[in-house]
Amino acid sequence: MNTLALKDLLFKMADDALIIGHRNSEWTGIGPMLEEDLAFSSMSQDKIGHAQALYNLLHDLGEADADTLAFKREEKNFKCCQFVELPIGEYDFSIVRQFLFDTAELIRYDMLTQSSYQPLSLLAKKVKGEIKYHVMHGDTFVKQLGKGTEESHARMQSALNYAWPYALGIFEKSEYETSLLSENIFIGEEELKKRWLEKISLVLESANLIIPSIDDAKVVYGGRKGFHSEFLSPLLDEMCEVTRSDEATAEW
Amino acid sequence: MGASGINKSFRKISGSFSIKTNIMSSLDPRVNRLDLKKIADGEIQTNSHLITWEVFHQEKRGKQVEHCGIVHASTPEMALILAKEQYARRGKTTNLWVAKTSDVYTFGTEDEDIFETTPEKTFREPAFYKVRDRIEKFQNKNKVNV
Repeated sequence: MNTLALKDLLFKMADDALIIGHRNSEWTGIGPMLEEDLAFSSMSQDKIGHAQALYNLLHDLGEADADTLAFKREEKNFKCCQFVELPIGEYDFSIVRQFLFDTAELIRYDMLTQSSYQPLSLLAKKVKGEIKYHVMHGDTFVKQLGKGTEESHARMQSALNYAWPYALGIFEKSEYETSLLSENIFIGEEELKKRWLEKISLVLESANLIIPSIDDAKVVYGGRKGFHSEFLSPLLDEMCEVTRSDEATAEW
Repeated sequence: MGASGINKSFRKISGSFSIKTNIMSSLDPRVNRLDLKKIADGEIQTNSHLITWEVFHQEKRGKQVEHCGIVHASTPEMALILAKEQYARRGKTTNLWVAKTSDVYTFGTEDEDIFETTPEKTFREPAFYKVRDRIEKFQNKNKVNV
């Protein structure tokens, strides 16, 4: 088995989950209404849990433990896409991001239930239900707000336009695509993107929202190779503050 | 028959409560910013765009659903999505139901006396009949060996 390819896949998935989980937790206490504050916070916790489980798989493959991987790595070693780094913005953007990102997550985990790497396929089977709810949440909000008032529709469309080039960056190819495919570890970013477009098109259509058309050149790549937006560094500073202040004993 | 045809002593639970106008000021500035006096006087309508939904929780398939609380939402879909994390994020759950609060009917609180003597009617409880005791008493009296 190509361990480098497998580790690259696990790192990008874990880092995506950790960073989006931390980002979305910024809504805790200031969500638009009590019920949604709680739901969004709870989903953020799920994401941190997914990150921890994936870091544990990496630990089993010889990497450092989950705490070290999460809190003691340099920014350039993170493999998350830039989409998850962006600030929470207004609620329209956070909902659009949740919808776009989690739909990709659900399809990715669904594909991974068939992975030849058994620890990963078992994990995928275990957490697929959680992510299914995240997608139900995203779908419901996008439809509700897309078809809501003139203002809610305009806000959702402009959030989608802003998010789009970053969202496509989720599917940045790695140098290991052929290896992952030939070893039946993962079917690959291209196929994932194709299925994702089919799925989100249906929801966006019923929400009266239009998928922006942009040049490939405008898609924001780089995250998977360690090139990040200006927003990741301050996020890591905040997230790692406790660990850095007490290197010896701080734990998750 | 619509709601208007229902006996006056029955009512919707959504109409059972009124907000008292005696508002205290709070040490928490966030509470004071809510301007509760204006809400109580009806000048501000809170969540006027959202209705409430009663949420029912089912632990296992086949088991009865139990009322567990409410959520604010605009549609049944939104109510279910929000109810999931409010009432099913801990412990075991197999399903949730939601129903509009305005679709739930109740007796008036002044009619609570219709239930008053129920706890005294122990003859309606299975434990009231100590059949075994009586059989034994009969057997002893007639010297019957079982």
